[in-house]
Amino acid sequence: MTDEPLRLPEQVTLRYRFAAGSFASHFFTTLKEEGRLLARRCPNGHVLLPPRPVCGLCNVETEDWVEVGPRATLGGYTVVHVPFTDPMTGVGRPVPYGFGLIRFDGCDTNVYHLIDETDAEKLRIGLPVEPVWRDASERTGSLADILHFRPLYEEDA
Amino acid sequence: MKRAVAAVATGQTDHASSRKDVGIPELVREAVDRCLEPRELTFADFDAVVLGNMEMFEGINMVEHWLADAIGVAGKPLWKLNNGGTVGSSTAVAATYLIASGFHDRVLCIGFEKQSEGSAQSSITTVGDPIWERAVMAGAIGNFAAMTSVYVNESGVTAEQAAKVAVKARRNACLNPHAQLKMPDLTVEQVLESKMLAHPVRMLDFCPSSDGACAVLFAAEDDAASLASRPAWVHAAVTAHDQQYMGDSPKRLAEMRSLIEARKRGYAQAGIEDPVRDLDVAEIYEPATYAELAMYECLGFCEKGGGGRFIDAGTPLMDGALPVNPSGGVLSANPVGATALIRVAEAAMQVMGEAGEHQIENVRTALATGYGGNAWTDLLVLRSEKP
Repeated sequence: MTDEPLRLPEQVTLRYRFAAGSFASHFFTTLKEEGRLLARRCPNGHVLLPPRPVCGLCNVETEDWVEVGPRATLGGYTVVHVPFTDPMTGVGRPVPYGFGLIRFDGCDTNVYHLIDETDAEKLRIGLPVEPVWRDASERTGSLADILHFRPLYEEDA
Repeated sequence: MKRAVAAVATGQTDHASSRKDVGIPELVREAVDRCLEPRELTFADFDAVVLGNMEMFEGINMVEHWLADAIGVAGKPLWKLNNGGTVGSSTAVAATYLIASGFHDRVLCIGFEKQSEGSAQSSITTVGDPIWERAVMAGAIGNFAAMTSVYVNESGVTAEQAAKVAVKARRNACLNPHAQLKMPDLTVEQVLESKMLAHPVRMLDFCPSSDGACAVLFAAEDDAASLASRPAWVHAAVTAHDQQYMGDSPKRLAEMRSLIEARKRGYAQAGIEDPVRDLDVAEIYEPATYAELAMYECLGFCEKGGGGRFIDAGTPLMDGALPVNPSGGVLSANPVGATALIRVAEAAMQVMGEAGEHQIENVRTALATGYGGNAWTDLLVLRSEKP
């Protein structure tokens, strides 16, 4: 068979609604309404964000809520130059942009987030950063209520 | 193990950025035919299939419905695995357990991906927790680059040392008819000048996106010995998982917990004490140059922090003491659902003496690993000697 190979284009749009669950609902409600960040602590002292019912380091149930941050340090970083479709908006996020692991003060884990810096040479692990919040009236109860993290160069030892 | 198990035949497509000449069933069939025909075997000669694929890339689900005829599995037992980049080697681990337990005698493993048909970078978003991780994702490359900064900070490896891995891979690929990226004249300088994807990872530091498939037949005891003149006997087949969120472990690349756990268990099963001495070749799942350097450390090929010096010394080159990825590795072809099974196939080919131009001499023991976003690692040790 020597036919020209055919390709069949198709575009699929699917809609989902994810239940956040009780732990995330408590976290995001507090974040949205009070601008505070709540993590979970396990009996062995690990403070975990995202908050969760079981500590993966110990495989035991966590037992209480503790406030962390909002000050944080960089646990890892990059400046992204390759286009990537933002899953929240469906459009490409403008490049370059800073991106990294954020470790809130008092927390033993990191969360990924955006960094307000596009020069990788200025970033380093351990650099102090602080969240830049979305205006309170526009918060939806999501990590995107923090727009990005601002490096605190003036406080960097 | 209750019964000795061996890989006895392998088949691969010629991996390419786009195989628009074939549909998915035809692509998979190509690898299956190349596995069975040289041994004069047919669909009648295996009794179960373990199939692996990362369905989200192509937007296909329960693909086994319309693959069944092409791979001769209608009416037979079939297991479908879907655990990301690791899936190919997980099919091999599963096949080993199915045969060792006595439930099946000959199991065909199949892994495939046709990334040109979908939106890999966008659909990979769906591996993130929808509540916590999707809102601020930066794709596989951004995520990987952030982890790389931690490894670079810990180990002090340089961009030049990472570039040497890229050069090794694309030069080795020239000896492999199945590889996609063959660059015989590639230099360290060219890698360092290639497009920056996400600091410090450049275009030539990263794996390509591929269409491809792989098939490996496993069998037991005397049957295995009758199917191949030099079977690749499984001496270790382990899988290890890690905790849940991507930011949980701050040193995810520098200290890959699932890989270290798999190494400990796998080396104990196979009696590997000094891997550079006890292994003759390794086929590891290195999604990027920096990851290969980190994996040298996590696999115990060198001391912690010594990944850069390990490649500086030439140890993992084709003529070194422990050649790593003579096939060209993931950096030279990455059809994700097939990639980790290709590592197993290449390790088996080295043991069976069937690796052609990229054959390492006198291979008795070979290592293969599979990797899925750090959360999951498989590790197999194959030997020419029956356990």
